[in-house]
Amino acid sequence: MSLIHKTAAELGALIAAGEVSSVEVAEAHLDRMAEAEPKINAFLHVDRETTLAQARVVDDRLRSGERLGPLAGVPVAHKDIFATRDMPTTAASKILEGWRPPYDATVTGRLREAGLVILGKTNLDEFAMGSSTENSAYGVTRNPWDLTRVPGGSSGGSSAAVAAYEAPLSTGTDTGGSIRQPASVTGIVGMKPTYGGSSRYGLIAFASSLDTPGPFARNVLDAALLQEAFSGHDPLDSTSIDAPVPSVVEAARTADVAGMRIGVVKEFAGEGYQPGVLARFHEVVQLLESLGAKVVEVSCPSFATALPAYYLIAPSECSSNLARFDAMRYGLRVGDDGTRSAEEVMALTRAAGFGPEVKRRIMLGTYALSSGYYDAYYGQAQKVRTVISREFEAAFHQVDALVSPTTPTTAFPIGERADDPIAMYLADLCTIPSNLAGNAAISVPCGLADEDGLPVGLQIMAPVLGDDRCYRVGAAVEKALESRWGGGLLSKAPAL
Amino acid sequence: MNVETAMPYDEALDRYEPVLGLETHVELGTESKMFCGCKTTFGAPPNTQVCPTCLALPGSLPTANAVAIESTIRIGLALNCSIAEWCRFARKNYFYPDMPKNYQISQYDEPLCFDGYLDIEVDGKPVRIEIERVHLEEDTGKSTHVGGATGRIHGADYSIVDYNRAGIPLVEIVTKPIPGTDRLAPEVAKAYVTELREIMRSLGVSDVRMEEGSLRCDVNVSLMPRGSSEWGTRTETKNVNSLRSVERAVRSEIERQAAVLAGGGRIVQETRHFHEDTGSTTSGRSKEEAQDYRYFPEPDLVPIAPDRAWVAELKAALPELPSVKRKRLRAEWGLSELDMEAMHNADAIDLVEATVAAGAPAADARKWWMGELARRANESGSALAELPITPAQIARVTELVASGALNDKLAREVLEGVLAGEGAPDEVVEKRGLKIVNDEGELSAIVDQVIAGNADAADKVRSGKVAAAGALVGGVMKASRGKADAARARELILEKLGVSD
Repeated sequence: MSLIHKTAAELGALIAAGEVSSVEVAEAHLDRMAEAEPKINAFLHVDRETTLAQARVVDDRLRSGERLGPLAGVPVAHKDIFATRDMPTTAASKILEGWRPPYDATVTGRLREAGLVILGKTNLDEFAMGSSTENSAYGVTRNPWDLTRVPGGSSGGSSAAVAAYEAPLSTGTDTGGSIRQPASVTGIVGMKPTYGGSSRYGLIAFASSLDTPGPFARNVLDAALLQEAFSGHDPLDSTSIDAPVPSVVEAARTADVAGMRIGVVKEFAGEGYQPGVLARFHEVVQLLESLGAKVVEVSCPSFATALPAYYLIAPSECSSNLARFDAMRYGLRVGDDGTRSAEEVMALTRAAGFGPEVKRRIMLGTYALSSGYYDAYYGQAQKVRTVISREFEAAFHQVDALVSPTTPTTAFPIGERADDPIAMYLADLCTIPSNLAGNAAISVPCGLADEDGLPVGLQIMAPVLGDDRCYRVGAAVEKALESRWGGGLLSKAPAL
Repeated sequence: MNVETAMPYDEALDRYEPVLGLETHVELGTESKMFCGCKTTFGAPPNTQVCPTCLALPGSLPTANAVAIESTIRIGLALNCSIAEWCRFARKNYFYPDMPKNYQISQYDEPLCFDGYLDIEVDGKPVRIEIERVHLEEDTGKSTHVGGATGRIHGADYSIVDYNRAGIPLVEIVTKPIPGTDRLAPEVAKAYVTELREIMRSLGVSDVRMEEGSLRCDVNVSLMPRGSSEWGTRTETKNVNSLRSVERAVRSEIERQAAVLAGGGRIVQETRHFHEDTGSTTSGRSKEEAQDYRYFPEPDLVPIAPDRAWVAELKAALPELPSVKRKRLRAEWGLSELDMEAMHNADAIDLVEATVAAGAPAADARKWWMGELARRANESGSALAELPITPAQIARVTELVASGALNDKLAREVLEGVLAGEGAPDEVVEKRGLKIVNDEGELSAIVDQVIAGNADAADKVRSGKVAAAGALVGGVMKASRGKADAARARELILEKLGVSD
């Protein structure tokens, strides 16, 4: 088997054993990228020399006897919303074209420290606003399963890169489903950790109270290894949780659901759900029962209000977070010809630099926070958020984990929802509640839909700081399904 | 600048009653900024005390400065405020080039401290100023507008921004409206800011230098016709950069508003700018179309929930507050309220206290600081504390006088020497040869010489007109160039002329 088809855990072990060098592994992936990128367009920035230089440093560190983590020498692709001190960071926006941060995000810095090698920066919906990666200012990314379809979003570059074997691991951010939904529609694993479990420092903010860095991988254990490598308390992020967290790697290795109580969220079915998605979902619920889990139906009526609440809270925070892009200190500057005031230059720059979806959300948020509307919109949405959190808490008194389809449909065709924001927003129907409540949730592959032969994802939701349960259930499902399929779901994907 | 008419102050007060409000910003003297680790040193080269967070680089995050939170709570406690059990920072959203994030992290409806008061004395009468809130926020950068006539952004050729100040912790102290000050409104405003400044100093939370902007004051004034109970429209005057300006700004705004109202006009709710040179205010930004700051709780920071026991500890550990200290010192020094107030107004209390601590009798310490030194400070237009002389040096001078080594006249010369940089008092005495003449032989010779040269006066004394000895003493002092001990000279003169007192 070629290096690019190995798991991250396997690559880490081979490198640690000295059987293969980090440089060789990086080269294999860079070669694969050269071959796949013309079709996929997962990456915004690739710099072969920088990557190989990093790999050489890791090889030297290992040769000198330095003890690094289990992923030392393994390559990773970063969503281009994490600051990297040696590569541009643009959030897929024209307004940050070419910007090079003077610092690393905590996530990228910790992974660098653990010896992971950066393959490049991946495409996304501009400022992580979207569910298809079509809102990137630098072109759409294509789904490796079907090049006419989207890879999900906003972390679509990261999901496509891993699904296309361009990278064994990648990072993403999940604000309303931006890791889980792309993982689901590309047939890979994507995890949204507990809010505060992974640092937001150096992550270009979309909605501060929701943004959560998380891992992508082709299997559950790899995702756990990556999450463990970048997680943990960060004094640079006030909202980072300073508490011991259960080992997700150990949970991923446990892969046992016997005796666990699993709740099926009643509200996540019916109209708008693709039959093939529901069919695979129901099969996997039966599978969980057959593995010894006790499955019950759980009703969470407030989840129906999550989507509108989200589309008030997230735009409100983004309208403020994106105010800093004003042409004064960095990024694009338009109209500074000596005749215009600072205010005019700011306005011209923002008009030219932001794409239509970003502008739509800034305007929505500005309106929702306006004096006289605050209570009716932002204030009300925060109350809904509290109700949803309580409903989760009540549900987790009854069950250890909740399950649902990750997203109501399989990957949709490029362009299909581009002019219909509401249809686009519905892709995150099942994922948003966990962002509002801040709890952990993962998407793992559970088969292909009969109608279109495209991947379907299972979402497993666990309480705040219950990330280990997501991995435990996810690993059990993965183990059972892979033995049924005779390999990973991606082995069924068409060749590029 | 359009000149507006003003009504004479007395007439304005005959017809209208003022209502005041004061918003004071205090830059805390913390080592590092409010939300990042950058230094806060004043006067550093532009944009050298900055980092990703205070420059609002993409991805940077704030973390709150614990010392600033503690200082704010101590300020609140000193102002008799309640301390919030749980409160949050809020974002105040507006675009301005000197504010890197284009929002300011401040506090909105959940201030850290609220509902307090500060008692001050004006003209010997107690006045209670009620405090609405004390909250914590971050300062903005500093814009310099180059070109144009006004130094303001409109009409400037270009502007430059220094972000060193961006993110320095700023405490905002807001009073409730202050009615009933009547004619004393300007004095009340000044006394309030003076007292606040002393409280900040005694707490050690800020260097409160108005000229450096570490204490800034916005003055709100409205007028209502005598007999009315409905408050008028208020204006907010900014750029008030000294205690004297606080007083002048209130006075000039009362005079201006009275003229507008008397002429049938209406007061526009607006920001006005105070001008030191003319002592008047000019119109700034109109606040009638209230700017919508779209406040919402800051999601990047966790709520502040001060532990009650800790707050109680902070309260117990507060230093003696200035007003309490003044009462104690007045009793210790045996001064009248008027004398004490004069010292307070002259910012002399701490200096006198330090001089006393250095060994001087209180009366002497006060005499020098409020007399000769106040005069010198006034002449040079500087504050007493800025004079190049220390309380210990004053104490040494009083000691030299008490021992008889100097008289008052010589002491003044010593002070002059110290102020001129000639060294410590003893060095000045040495260099200028100012030691009093107490060599009996030398003095006796001078007395003989003066008696011989003033036969008329000497005869008058001999004939019993003892008062005429004054002229002879004057002659001795003149002949000794002021270095004689006048009392001893008088004794010698009378003795030599065979007369007794």
